[in-house]
Parts: sequence; structure tokens; C-alpha cells
Amino acid sequence: MKTSRLWAWITFIVGAAYFLVPLLATFEFSLRIRRGTYSLDAYANVLSDPSFRASFTYSVVIGLFTIVVGVLIIVPTAYFVRLRMPALRPFVEFITLLPLVIPAIILVFGYIRLYNSTSILPFTGSAIGTDILLTLAYVTLALPYMYRAVDTGLRTIDVRTLTEAATILGANQAEILLRIILPNILIAVLSGAFLTFAIVIGEFTIASLLNRPAFGPYLQLVGANRAYEPAALAIISFIITWGAMSMIQLLSRFAPKTVARPD
Amino acid sequence: MTEEFLRLEGINKVFGTNKVVSDINMSFSKGEFISFLGPSGCGKTTILRMIAGFEQPTSGKIFVGGQDVTHLKPNERKLGMVFQAYALFPNLTVADNIGFGLKIARTPRDQAAARVEEMLAMIGLAKFGKRYPFELSGGQQQRVALARAIAPRPTMLLLDEPLSALDAKIRVSLREEIRSIQRELGITTIFVTHDQEEALSISDRIVVMNAGRAEQIGTPFEIYNRPATRFVATFVGTLNTLEGKVQNVADRVVSVDGQAITLPALPASAQSDAPISLTMRPEAVVLGKPNGQDVVLEGIVSDVSFLGSVIRLRVNLGSNSLSLDTFNDQRSPPPALNEKIKVSLSSSDILILN
Ligand SMILES: Nc1ncnc2c1ncn2[C@@H]1O[C@H](COP(=O)(O)OP(=O)(O)O)[C@@H](O)[C@H]1O
Ligand SMILES: [Mg+2]
Repeated sequence: MKTSRLWAWITFIVGAAYFLVPLLATFEFSLRIRRGTYSLDAYANVLSDPSFRASFTYSVVIGLFTIVVGVLIIVPTAYFVRLRMPALRPFVEFITLLPLVIPAIILVFGYIRLYNSTSILPFTGSAIGTDILLTLAYVTLALPYMYRAVDTGLRTIDVRTLTEAATILGANQAEILLRIILPNILIAVLSGAFLTFAIVIGEFTIASLLNRPAFGPYLQLVGANRAYEPAALAIISFIITWGAMSMIQLLSRFAPKTVARPD
Repeated sequence: MTEEFLRLEGINKVFGTNKVVSDINMSFSKGEFISFLGPSGCGKTTILRMIAGFEQPTSGKIFVGGQDVTHLKPNERKLGMVFQAYALFPNLTVADNIGFGLKIARTPRDQAAARVEEMLAMIGLAKFGKRYPFELSGGQQQRVALARAIAPRPTMLLLDEPLSALDAKIRVSLREEIRSIQRELGITTIFVTHDQEEALSISDRIVVMNAGRAEQIGTPFEIYNRPATRFVATFVGTLNTLEGKVQNVADRVVSVDGQAITLPALPASAQSDAPISLTMRPEAVVLGKPNGQDVVLEGIVSDVSFLGSVIRLRVNLGSNSLSLDTFNDQRSPPPALNEKIKVSLSSSDILILN
């Protein structure tokens, strides 16, 4: 009993150290921009840099579009697969996992070949077109996480019976999705949304190769040319990602309760 | 009864190679309370789902109020339905659940609110409008589901084993509540159940189902007292079966454990010395020979169970035994175990099932 407790603690401490030591080291380093004293000057430099604001805003906007497009595609898909084609679920699940298997660099080279300015769909021919392409690429990257989040949400409700109950009361498919299904899986959708946001904010490969002014390439640029600011940026990105994750934790407490009290 | 309201015409349903519903032909009047009764898997839910429009019959037609609705979508049929698993919308309050159908039908807000109030009062949950389904007991949830189904004034109410998830006491009180609401509104209701007591107690008519077929349609009185088939007789109520043999075809005499019984009629196929099964309800058999019963049997009391107002006796006749119920009478104690007694019945209460 005692020894197993001890081992649990040792494992926990080693694990925690593995994550915390580099983080603390980075943080400590980010404070040492002035010789001999700790200061937040590196953070001030970063936050006052106009390209920081521009690239960060750009990524936030792309992130929001990615979430909206992703939800519009994935919620109805996951719902109909569960309702009408349960036999297809393993297949659809496999498809949604593909982005984890295919490296982003392959994806983006494929896009550039397929959608270049001489193709039928010349997305990369204009800046706005490339933004759209970038958003769609991010929807793909977020697919495994978003689909899983939505599907987990759908598992907590009796999709078929609720759909039938709403149908017999006169509702059509759109009304059922909007009024019944979506509100019941909203928390799950929001967790998927925050995950998507965290992915988009830090993404480098696709944004860089499509040559868009996103936050990822900016991080890389600063990292290559400065000493202390990259450390400050790393801490800032970490706080943003961590904030998104804790929102997911917080939201899961508000998940709808479906269990009946016994008589 | 009065005019025909719902008609099922030559309904068959096949899932893959599995024929689940066969040759259903029947019609029901407006305001009737119909139960579909049968063992699990006999196709009751499938019939209900075809009436609702969730399944298409493989062949046959469904008419409501003279109109062919076979190919209407479920959301165009204006029906109310209550599911076994309550199926309340977890994200909506009780009041919003009840008002859902009205909202979908774009009923003006004040009219809808009044209707919801009326429904809440009807199910005795006037103060529960702002609660969420998870804050209610199973019985309360099922009442909300009933109110939700009734609120948009459907043409028919479909109930699929609405009570089977509830515990025994609530099951009885809620079925009475459903019946009294149904009577008050005069709404045609189809009630699916596998519980024969439930079906007998609340229905105008019962359809007894077995393996996808309707074995008998009739009032509870007819179903119980004049079962058309062996299946109906054994599935509905308890039944005594005595195995005997034909003694004399001309005089319609059969013998059971050496005791002769004269029947009003024998099946046309009866032959001397052929085995024959006689069945009768426990309540058709009485202790002694109080008033003119024409069949008297002698036996030994093998079991006495005191059920309160009723005492159930088991009487051993030899190779057969017989259950009978007598009312508890404070002045005369029931026979003792192993006592030799006479029991009697009217030969017209004997059913011969083939
Ligand atoms: N969608 C379906 N696909 C295949 N078989 C089904 C389907 N629905 C019901 N069945 C089968 O039809 C039979 C009757 O089912 P059901 O109508 O639910 O019976 P009951 O409600 O009387 O218990 C069962 O054997 C069941 O397995
Ligand atoms: Mg059923």
C-alpha cells in the first residue's frame, strides 16, 4: 500500500518535471533580456511589435472561420452517420483520422499542385483565395479532433429517439439539428472549437508554404532573428493554448444532464 | 361503434428475409382506445412505427379519416407519440418540451403559453414548468412526454410501452391517468404493451398479436372469456388445462382421470379414445356445488395460497391438477391441505382448444 503510493508520487514528479523544467527554463530565460536583472522587457517588445498584432489577429480570424466551417460540415455529418448509416461509422472514423497520418507538408504540396493559378480552381491565384484554401486546410487538420468531440457529444444523447420524438411533433431535419441536436452537444462542439483554435494558432507548415502572414510563420521569423523574444512568445503561445484547454475543462462541467432520477 | 377512423389494409412488413408483420387488416373508430398485446418481438412496435410513418409497409395501405397516409412523412401526419424511454429533450425545460410541437407549428406565443399551462395542469405538474427533465422522476417525465404529445392536438395518440420502464405502483396509477385523459379528450389511441393485465384494464378493444399476426381482435371481455385461439387463451390470463380422452362421441362424454364430463359439444374431429384437452379459467371453477353447475369433480387439496380477498386452491385430480379461486369468507375457513373436496363448473365454461 505505502510503497505503491510512493511509486505513484515518484512517477508523477518525474512526469511533471519532464513538462515543467523546460517551461520554467524558457520562462526564466525570457526574463533575462537585461543584463544582471529580471525584467518583462522581452514581453513588452513582443506585444508592441505591429507584426505580432497583425499575424496574431490574422490567425484568430482564420481560426474562427475554421471553427464555423468545421462545425457546419462535421455536426450534420456525424449526426447523419449515427442516425442513418451506423454501419458506415468505422469507415467515416477512419477517414477523419487520415489528417493525423498524412503530414501537413504533403497536404500543402498537394494543395499547391491542385489549386495553383493555372488550375480549374485557382485558389492560390489571389490572397483571398489562398486565405480560403488555408481555412479549408485547417478544417482538415482539425477534423480528427472536431469529429471525435462531436461524436462523443452525440453518444451522450439518444440521437434516434430524440430525432423521432421531434419528427412526430412536426419538426424537419434542419429544425431538429438546430433546436435539439446542436444544443445538446454544444459543450462538446465548443471543446472541439477550442482544440481547433489551439491548432490553428500554432500552425506553421501550411501557413508558411502558402505564404500567408499567420502567427506560426511570425513565431519562426522571430525565433530565427532574436534571442529573448522567442522565449517570451513561446510562453505567450503556451498560455493561449493552455487557456483554450482549460476552457474545455470548464465547459465539460456544464454538459447537459440526461439521467432520470429514480422514482 | 361509430365511423371508421383508422384502417390498416393488408399490411405486411419484411426486414431483409424476416417477415415481421403479416396480413394486418383491421379498422378502428374515432375515440377508441386500442391495445396491441403480444410477447416481445411479435411486431407490435413495427406496426406502431408504420402508423407513425417511421417505417414503410412492404405492402398494404394505412388510412386515417378516409385519407391514404401510407406515404406521408412522419412530420406531416399530425400524430402524438410517447416512447418507452421518455425521449424528452434534455436541453429544454418541461414547459418548452410541452410547447415544442406548438413552436414548430408557429402557434402564436400567447396561445402556445396558454396551451402549455393547460397541459401542465392536466398532468398535475403545474409548478414544474421551469424544471429540466433530469430533475423529474420517471413517472413525471412520462407524464410530460404525454402532455408534449397531446399539446398540438394530434389526430391520434401512439403509445409504445410507455409504462414498462416505471415501477409497479406508478405503472398502475399512470395507466389510469392515461385512460382518463384519453376519455376526456376522446382521442383515438393505440397502446402497445406486452402486459396482458395492462391491456385488459384500459382498452376498449385489444388486438392480440403473435409472430406478426393478429390472433384476435375484441373487447377485453371477449378476449378473456372467448379466446379464439390456444395462443390467446394461454397468453391472456391464467388457464387450467386438463388432459383427458374422449369416452363416447355420441353422448359427448370425455373422461379426465376417470371422472366423466359431459360437454355441450365436441370438436367435429373427435374420435373415441382420442386424447382431448379441456381448458377453463380458475374463476370458472367453484368450491362445492353451490348452484346448478353441471360438472362436478373430486380431488385432493394440494396447495392453499391466501392472497387476501381471494384464496387460490390447487386441487389434484390424479394426473391432472386444477387451480381455482374462492373469495375469502370470514365465517368459513378454506379447506385444509390433503382434504378431499368437490369442485364444480358449468360445462359451457369449458374451452376446447386445438
Ligand atoms: N429496423 C429493423 N431491422 C431489422 N429487423 C427489425 C427492425 N425492427 C424490428 N425488427 C425485428 O422485427 C421483429 C419485431 O420487432 P418489434 O416490432 O420491435 O417487436 P415488439 O415491439 O412486438 O417487441 C423483431 O424480431 C425485430 O428484431
Ligand atoms: Mg416493442
